[in-house]
Amino acid sequence: MTIDKSRTPRPTLGPRRHRPTRGYRIFQVVNALILTGVVVVTLYPFVNIVARSLSENAYIIAGQVNLVPRGFNLDTYQLVMSDPLFWTNYRNTVVYTVVSTIIAMVLTVCYAYVLSKQHLRGRTALVGIAVFTMFFTGGLIPNYILVTSLGLRNTIWAVALPNAISVFNLLVMKAFFEGLPVELEEAAAVDGLNTYGTLLRIVLPLSKAMVATMLLFYAVSFWNSWFTAFLYMDRLELFPVTVYLRNLIAGATDATSVGSNAGDVVQSAATIQSVTIVLTVLPILIVYPFIQRYFVSGVTLGAVKG
Amino acid sequence: MSTPRVAEPPTDAPGAGRAAARPVARRTRPPSRSWRRSLRRDWQLYSLAILPLLFFLIFRYLPMIGNVIAFRRFEPGGNVFGEYWVGLRYVRLFLSDPTFWHVFTNTLVLGALTLLFCFPLPIMLALLLNEVRTRALKQFVQSVSYLPHFLSIVIVAAMVMQLLSVDGTVNQLVRSVGGDPVQFIQQSEWFRTIYVSSEVWQTVGWGTILYLAALTHIDDGLYEAARIDGANRWRQTWHVTLPGIRPTMMTLLILNIGTFMAVGFEKILLIYNPLTYPTADVIATYLYRVGIVSGNLSYAAAIGLFEAVIGLTLVLSANAISRRTVGTSLW
Repeated sequence: MTIDKSRTPRPTLGPRRHRPTRGYRIFQVVNALILTGVVVVTLYPFVNIVARSLSENAYIIAGQVNLVPRGFNLDTYQLVMSDPLFWTNYRNTVVYTVVSTIIAMVLTVCYAYVLSKQHLRGRTALVGIAVFTMFFTGGLIPNYILVTSLGLRNTIWAVALPNAISVFNLLVMKAFFEGLPVELEEAAAVDGLNTYGTLLRIVLPLSKAMVATMLLFYAVSFWNSWFTAFLYMDRLELFPVTVYLRNLIAGATDATSVGSNAGDVVQSAATIQSVTIVLTVLPILIVYPFIQRYFVSGVTLGAVKG
Repeated sequence: MSTPRVAEPPTDAPGAGRAAARPVARRTRPPSRSWRRSLRRDWQLYSLAILPLLFFLIFRYLPMIGNVIAFRRFEPGGNVFGEYWVGLRYVRLFLSDPTFWHVFTNTLVLGALTLLFCFPLPIMLALLLNEVRTRALKQFVQSVSYLPHFLSIVIVAAMVMQLLSVDGTVNQLVRSVGGDPVQFIQQSEWFRTIYVSSEVWQTVGWGTILYLAALTHIDDGLYEAARIDGANRWRQTWHVTLPGIRPTMMTLLILNIGTFMAVGFEKILLIYNPLTYPTADVIATYLYRVGIVSGNLSYAAAIGLFEAVIGLTLVLSANAISRRTVGTSLW
């Protein structure tokens, strides 16, 4: 061993233990700059949208709003929030998300639990049935015909049922269940619990963190989805807020392609867009710092265990 | 209770018989018998699988069968599987449809560009993050870079529109260097750049997760050995780190190739417009317009089936190639 610095580094950081060379120090600086760049580029659109949503129209049209709102006002927020359709659609998003997530969660947990039982006859076939759908799907048109002919149009089921199980989530959940100690379930069987009892009273309580992660995965994806609702809902008051926003964007592009002399209308549409974006993304931004960690562990778990 | 071995006797009759009866049964009885026995023993487990299986059957496998309407004539309000056989009529139709070849090319170009950028960039970012010594800093950069992954595609599209609008930040930059504002969204030559860069913005951070996890599993002893052999950090990265994450790289590459044809349909649908069709229109958006908007369901289904078969072929071959050459595969 060469003479080590008095500052003892953490022993786990194997590759970093040796004395940094000059070239490596330069690299560290460059690296820090690159990563700062990544952070700035990632965050900029958010800051910009917030600034635009709080600015006065005139400044936006003049192209003067970047990081800081100019002509600070909350008028557009008032305007958007006074639209009853916005609130109806916002509430729809909440309802769709909750119902869809519950259905998805129940189905995923049940199937993952079954798949995690190594001794089960036909288990490979059951896994195969699920995994095959990752690589081959019916496609848009047959799905559309199916949902339509099942009479699910304009109902919440058109959103909740066709996407109820995400195979990826299913496999992560299965891997987690496989990692649970078998002895606990055997003990539960000794104590007279049947399969349902074991799942509800032993396995699920042990998997709280995992279940929470999956709940969040599903909830975020349902919160964010727009296309199914767009496809299967015909009435404005049934749309989730994402489709509300989509209609705003579509309206704005139509207006600009017609002619840029209608500038004023277009621009106020742009401010309304910014406000709607902020309001739609807000719940996710608020919970993000708390949930982000779970997602990471969820994904990594799935990857490491297969 | 503390010793799991006592577990057999108290369970119900079929369970108790399992250990003793199985070897005998396998020799003397046909396999259908043991199926019956597993059903009796595990019926509760199987019952849990019923609803999920129904889901897969109805919402995943039925649409696959529903693809027969690609070979049958579908009439709105008529039979779900179409009225009568028309054979390969619709396949021939799209093969001779110039728009189809146009959107096919666009799909390939966008798919290739996405693969080119969205596959290697997360690896680089993960390697850079791995060199950060300050834990808090690393954590912060990671948290920030994951964020876009959690946004709705509608939000991303709306942000893209705002940034690229005539009064948006990008045009302010253009103006500040003396250029004239550009209507990026309306110009087909900008579409690919916009699509790929927004895709990178949204996926790169999240893409690093698996690599970072894989990096922590590399044996420190390998670095030690490499250092003793006189490898500098660059060589260590090249000879230890990269081979260490190769299985992860291959897995993700196969998955990426599998989704090659399914380029971000939703995003394109949100940000394209008739002016940008020359570069933006892909198979998925074309079949959406043909099928859902114009109601040519059979024709659109034929296109969709074609796309799905190519996708499946791509995954299967990527997987096979990977298994032969690198020894890693998805299955």
